[in-house]
Amino acid sequence: MIRKFALALAGLMMATGAYAAELKVGFVYVGPVGDFGWTYQHDQGRLAVEAEFGDRVETTYVESVPEGPDAERVIRQLAASGHGLIFTTSFGYMDPTLKIAKMFPKVKFEHATGYRRADNVSTYSARFYEGRHVIGLIAGMMTKTNKIGYIASVPIPEVVRGINAATLAARAVNPDVTIQVIWVNSWYDPGKEATAAKALIAQGADIIMQHTDSPAALQAAEIAGVLAFGQASNMIKFGPNAQLTAIIDDWSPYYIARVRAVLDGTWTSEDSWKGLAAGEVVMAPYTNLPDDVVATAEKAAADVASGAVHPFTGPIRDRDGTERIAAGAVADDGMMLGMDWFVEGVQGDLPK
Amino acid sequence: MIVLEPRPQPSRALALLSPVIAIGLTLLAGGILMALMGKPPLEALRIYFFQPFGELWMWATLPEGEREMWLYIPSEVIVKAIPLALIGAGLAVCFRANVWNIGAAGQYTMGAVIGGWFALSAPADASGLLLAPYLAAGVLGGMAWAAIPAFLRVRFNANEILVSLMLTYVAGYILDWLVRGPFKDPAGFGFPQSEDFQDAFIMPVLVEGTRLHLGVVLAIVIAVALWVMMGRTMKGFEVRVIGAAPRAGAFAGFSRNRTIWFVLLLSGGLAGLAGAIEVSATVQQLQPQISAEYGFVAIIVAFLGRLNPLGALLGAVILAISYIGGENAQILLKLPKAVTGVFQGMLLFFLLGCDTLIRYRIRVMRPARG
Repeated sequence: MIRKFALALAGLMMATGAYAAELKVGFVYVGPVGDFGWTYQHDQGRLAVEAEFGDRVETTYVESVPEGPDAERVIRQLAASGHGLIFTTSFGYMDPTLKIAKMFPKVKFEHATGYRRADNVSTYSARFYEGRHVIGLIAGMMTKTNKIGYIASVPIPEVVRGINAATLAARAVNPDVTIQVIWVNSWYDPGKEATAAKALIAQGADIIMQHTDSPAALQAAEIAGVLAFGQASNMIKFGPNAQLTAIIDDWSPYYIARVRAVLDGTWTSEDSWKGLAAGEVVMAPYTNLPDDVVATAEKAAADVASGAVHPFTGPIRDRDGTERIAAGAVADDGMMLGMDWFVEGVQGDLPK
Repeated sequence: MIVLEPRPQPSRALALLSPVIAIGLTLLAGGILMALMGKPPLEALRIYFFQPFGELWMWATLPEGEREMWLYIPSEVIVKAIPLALIGAGLAVCFRANVWNIGAAGQYTMGAVIGGWFALSAPADASGLLLAPYLAAGVLGGMAWAAIPAFLRVRFNANEILVSLMLTYVAGYILDWLVRGPFKDPAGFGFPQSEDFQDAFIMPVLVEGTRLHLGVVLAIVIAVALWVMMGRTMKGFEVRVIGAAPRAGAFAGFSRNRTIWFVLLLSGGLAGLAGAIEVSATVQQLQPQISAEYGFVAIIVAFLGRLNPLGALLGAVILAISYIGGENAQILLKLPKAVTGVFQGMLLFFLLGCDTLIRYRIRVMRPARG
């Protein structure tokens, strides 16, 4: 018995046989791969890279890396252990990514949702607000109490933009709607997310939206018998009766394209911001909805993808009454990237 | 029925060796775990526990001109061990007195908060000499937070375990509120974080190109000082007597309450110092995440170090290795992060198991028929 075990151990040790991949790709995650939201979707992108390139690439991930001193060491370790392309998948990794990129000029870095680039640092994000436009429409048509609850993570333009896109769409089909925002100040904190959802439901919200990473809010909605949307991934199994659709982040096309660019030697530093049209933002199947709402949602998604409709089309006033976008104009990327004001109909603080 | 009965003469040598045995058992069980997960066990353990001491592959892959940087990973182990050692040394003294300060994480946070308040309210171009009062502010913050369980324990006999633990969460929320309100960086895109500390409040780096900072000297000096205090001074004797036999201590004229105050303020002050050092050296600003969990990990550190301040230094290095080894295991072995927690848990489990079996023996007794 012991002999057998020892043999098995020896066998395993020999089985390490290292094959040399052309490129090692590293991923730094802010949450656990099992968050079923943000990090889960990045990891799905990583798996898609493995499936696409097989033995040509080797991928590595480090999960639950806090956005603080540990991030610098982890990114550095990846660079030093021969990874040629490193994706750092949270805003808070911006400074450490740039710092390590300077030390390892031959390694290519890709930082998600940031705005600072270098010769070997690209940035990328996806136009999630296009999905928010679609779920805003759905919520405006489906709410009975005219109160929509919104669980927000941290008050950065990305999150503010999503709140505004959803509010504008909801009020376009139902001017009586208000959106109540609660900040949980975390990207991933299932306990706080669930508590916030319960508080919003207690205040009369019958539809819950979220910009946090776990399915906790959807589960809370399912239990309370109200409606909600999945975030980042299709969360239907956590709320089979509550989920109306989900805004899915699909990083696979981008990750595959960038890995191919490195393999082909055509990688350059750039900023990528694509949405529904490129398949980086995908609407999950519409569920628990009447046919006319589904039809409206499908048309809206198609119109945004084709460019016929822009979620931020003027006139748009902020909630102090100042006109931000003139009638007929649409918001440009610069305005959207710096958005720090709420549109009319949003309730709750906007910490500055 | 299985009972534990005290051994008449527990071996002192074994009691000291217990951490070594526990580490050995952890390695053994860890190897088996790795094998079950389909990883080569020896290679896995090497990466997990020895890689952090530095590796030539680091040296070979570094760009020209930065090859001295292979010191980086060993220095990171020390950097991670500094707060653990400071807190652990204080807790070792505290636990010796049979006073159970479980809330070092809160005292650590308040040290960072009070220190941070001092650093953020200093005028621009502050002198580097202000680092000393900055650290003192951290100590005071930690002491103030530990004074609450001390007062409640002495005055009302309130359980210091519960009070100090609960205050950890209060401290976390105070920090959270501050970085979202009064201390928030106006140019921080709304992120909950303070402005960066000025250079005057950053711990000086000892080795260029690493993050190894002056805190390591403080940690060693303090551990040695506490070790001398515990072994060679009346105060240390008082703490040990009160911890082992409070009534005997009372007959010797030692005050139990005074000891409770002393050890809580001491361990709280050191946790506060660790917090101030950590935000100054590695975070360099206040933010909600300042690794306050070091306050809990330091409990393992203190026990691993046999409740001896010098032992805590060693315990801190071992725990630091388990953190950094866990990262290496993710990068090089593609193991999930949960393995780090499993290793830390196994270490504590085997340590407590060894301690128990060294002092007690297991006897299987037949249930009495009646």
